[in-house]
Amino acid sequence: IEVPVPERGPASYVDSVCTLCPGGCGISVRKIGDRAVKIEGKAGHPVNNDGVCALGLSGLQLLYGPWRVTGPKKKENGRWKKISWDRALSEIAEKLNELREAGKADAIAGISRTGRGTVARLMQRLLAAAGSPHFLPVPTNENAYSDAVARMFGKPGTVGFDFENSGYVLSFAAGLLDGWGSPVHMFSAHSQWKTNGVKMVQVESRLSSTAAKADQWVAVKPGTEADLALGLAHVILRDNLNAGAAANSRAFDSFAALVKKDYTPARVAAATGIKESVIVALAKEFAAASHPVAVCGRGDGQTPCDSREVMAVTALNALVGSVNRQGGMIIGPEPDYIQWARPVLDDTAQKGLAKGPKTLADLLAGKTPDVQALFVLEANPAYTLHDTTKVKAALEAVPLVVSLSSFMDETSALADYILPLPTCLERTEDVVVTAGLKTPMIGLTQPVVEPRLDTRHPGDVILDLAKAMGGTVAESFAWSDYQDCLEKTFGLVYGKLATEGYLQKSVLETLIDTAVAVGRADFAPVVEADKKVRQNTPALVLAAYDAMRVAGGAIATPPYAMKIVPDTILKKNDLYVEINPETAQKAGLADGKAAVVETPAGTAQVRVRVTHEVAPGMVAMPRGFGHTAYDDYVSGKGVNVNDLIGPVPDPVSGLDTAWGAPAKLIKA
Amino acid sequence: MKHNQQGTPRKYGMVIDLDKCTGCGSCMVACMSENNVPFKKDETDKLKSITWMRVYKLTNGKPFPDTEVCYLPRPCMHCEGDHGHSPCVSVCPATATDYDHTSGIVSQIYTRCFGCRYCMAACPYHARYFNWFDPIWPDGMKEALSPNVSVRMRGVVEKCSFCYHRYQLAMEKAYVEERDTLEEEEYQTACTQACPSGAIIFGDLNNPDHAVHQIVQPDPAHHGRPKNPNAFRLLERLGTNPKVYYMSSREWVRKSGDNYLATEKPGAPESH
Repeated sequence: IEVPVPERGPASYVDSVCTLCPGGCGISVRKIGDRAVKIEGKAGHPVNNDGVCALGLSGLQLLYGPWRVTGPKKKENGRWKKISWDRALSEIAEKLNELREAGKADAIAGISRTGRGTVARLMQRLLAAAGSPHFLPVPTNENAYSDAVARMFGKPGTVGFDFENSGYVLSFAAGLLDGWGSPVHMFSAHSQWKTNGVKMVQVESRLSSTAAKADQWVAVKPGTEADLALGLAHVILRDNLNAGAAANSRAFDSFAALVKKDYTPARVAAATGIKESVIVALAKEFAAASHPVAVCGRGDGQTPCDSREVMAVTALNALVGSVNRQGGMIIGPEPDYIQWARPVLDDTAQKGLAKGPKTLADLLAGKTPDVQALFVLEANPAYTLHDTTKVKAALEAVPLVVSLSSFMDETSALADYILPLPTCLERTEDVVVTAGLKTPMIGLTQPVVEPRLDTRHPGDVILDLAKAMGGTVAESFAWSDYQDCLEKTFGLVYGKLATEGYLQKSVLETLIDTAVAVGRADFAPVVEADKKVRQNTPALVLAAYDAMRVAGGAIATPPYAMKIVPDTILKKNDLYVEINPETAQKAGLADGKAAVVETPAGTAQVRVRVTHEVAPGMVAMPRGFGHTAYDDYVSGKGVNVNDLIGPVPDPVSGLDTAWGAPAKLIKA
Repeated sequence: MKHNQQGTPRKYGMVIDLDKCTGCGSCMVACMSENNVPFKKDETDKLKSITWMRVYKLTNGKPFPDTEVCYLPRPCMHCEGDHGHSPCVSVCPATATDYDHTSGIVSQIYTRCFGCRYCMAACPYHARYFNWFDPIWPDGMKEALSPNVSVRMRGVVEKCSFCYHRYQLAMEKAYVEERDTLEEEEYQTACTQACPSGAIIFGDLNNPDHAVHQIVQPDPAHHGRPKNPNAFRLLERLGTNPKVYYMSSREWVRKSGDNYLATEKPGAPESH
């Protein structure tokens, strides 16, 4: 075999934004001639200043890898056939128009990896113009936070954190150093805490990287984070540690009565497994610290927390006055720069829209789903949604699934059409970055290299589809192409965005001295959520965890990142779950032995890693393995934890808040 | 061009703050991407997996919930030994690895290496890797190879070079600009640049203006042993005189940097 000699050429750098996670890092890509050879962090960028994560650094493997879809494809009798763009779009348009004519406009739906930015909003607009209210961005913990904030503060908002100025950080299982928020930004905040002696406390049942770096690891029993938060609230109120700061808030008395009665240190100690003395000490430290902040969002925060947990943790911030204050939790307005004229709606569209939006779970429930045509925009529901077996069956029952994706992922694999997209390194697009930042940002990706394959920009795919559908749908899209739409959306500031790569308007500066802007907290929803959501933790629970070296979302882990997964997690194709020695003894399992994990959703073959790094009663399984699509570099390795976890809709927020499932561990 | 601003030879080294390192693995991937390191479909056999930079996980060995872990990134230590007699250089029969007295970098010359692997046996840090296989890139992926670093063939040993090609590029630029000196930021390794935590600091240990020197405070009377009480080197007592230093505020971490008797305190014995 001949060893390649890479071609020489002039070196240059092109700046862009990484979109592989919601973090929005600025990147600087080194090029030799017209080849991209290295992704680096952009120096001086407000999000990441030089730093990059392992996934971002592997980005060129996604650009140049063999898992790209090379051109539009259509499935015929279970086989992929090449098809031209015009033909694919006109066939899809025809089917959409058939549904419209049959009065089934609301049988069209779209799942999107995000609800923000011009591309997602164009998809939403296409659906609306056709008559479908079912635009479904994949929810994250940001949605859980927005829901909680809307209930407690009476205003919808985007939640961020002024971590750089926090004086004490109390995290309830938020993987602040395991991919939470904007990961690279969190790493630099953590380094700042170390330099400045800011204490960080991690409440979590597993010694994650975040817990390992914390000054104190509070190893609660799995699923009892909210109990601990309310226990701390009890001590703060009992000992008047906040000097009555929240006493004027709405429904404060009923909240005080609840935590005084149900969350005494003794009861919380019994529930969480944390000593009373530790609970009291934590409450005192938190209340006494200057600029303390409490935060939640399991692991990387891509799964919503239940409303009880989010509200309990938000209540802690409200109790000590850490909402919209320096170093605290920042509730800001939703970045809203897209001001388009309303789409043109004909009778069909108006009738369809009047039916109101449904959740994805509702749409896909039953053997004959309510959806007849489904667009999937850079999401991978067949891999990332809970109980994938059911999700896949539901997707297969939908007569027309159109995947807009760069990759042959699990969802593309079972679609009827794949409309391949250029990757973020090959296209221009606005990216809205909130991701726990105190100041939201709008970034702009730039084409670092010319599109390599027969792909089309998702914005242009949507515009072309609208044109092919004709009538009022086409009339709703008055732009000549996506670039025209993008430039007109930003108007005069587009030049600044294109030159600087990002726009940022400080929310904090405008809010900090006007803390009243969000009003006082209403504690009634906290009491309500506590009543509705409280549940018993099973004796043994399978819990998913996130780690920086594995991509757990729609984007699969590229080979370089896969290469740095430790052999204590993956050995050949065997995935290891972590269990405490006590759990191992009960199950009669020794370190390294094969076992079967059984949950209501399914069973899986695994091996066990017996370790003191997890609490008893927990089977910890990493997210991001068990891909069945892509190719041998990525697929067939381990188990997809989402196969084993069924959805748990939150009775308050309606979001799927599953983080684990009751499990059995059986000797194989 | 052989000297720094102080007129002494350059001696590049690193200090890694283990209090800041989160074990995220960015340094490992930055290194692979910068240096054209190959990858296979299965990389779970770590004895056959090439990682110039490798992050280890240490534990204090205490039971739940008093367990603590610490991550430790391990590049090549670029041992100076006793005046350049680093363990690997001393044993190489092919002069394929060499100690550069003008930069302090231990090189690896692939075209000279014939794969005897003496150097791997000699290296106490497992920093050297053997190419057991032909490097194969999947379709399209050769596009991302950098011409600044040669691609290695099966049968040779490779290791971290402190991104020597970046040093060469910086030196060439200085030469063109008719400068004798390099600024601290002009030459940084890929791992240092990528580290999201700022845990890796790289520079000239002989230059009092450089952060590495100021943090480590190397003691010239004791082969560069750190005067900073939180700093330590791996296997200090072997006398390999490594140029990679670590820092930790935790004693058990400092202690795991070397082999100690149960009764001993971390740090090299005074007689060294």
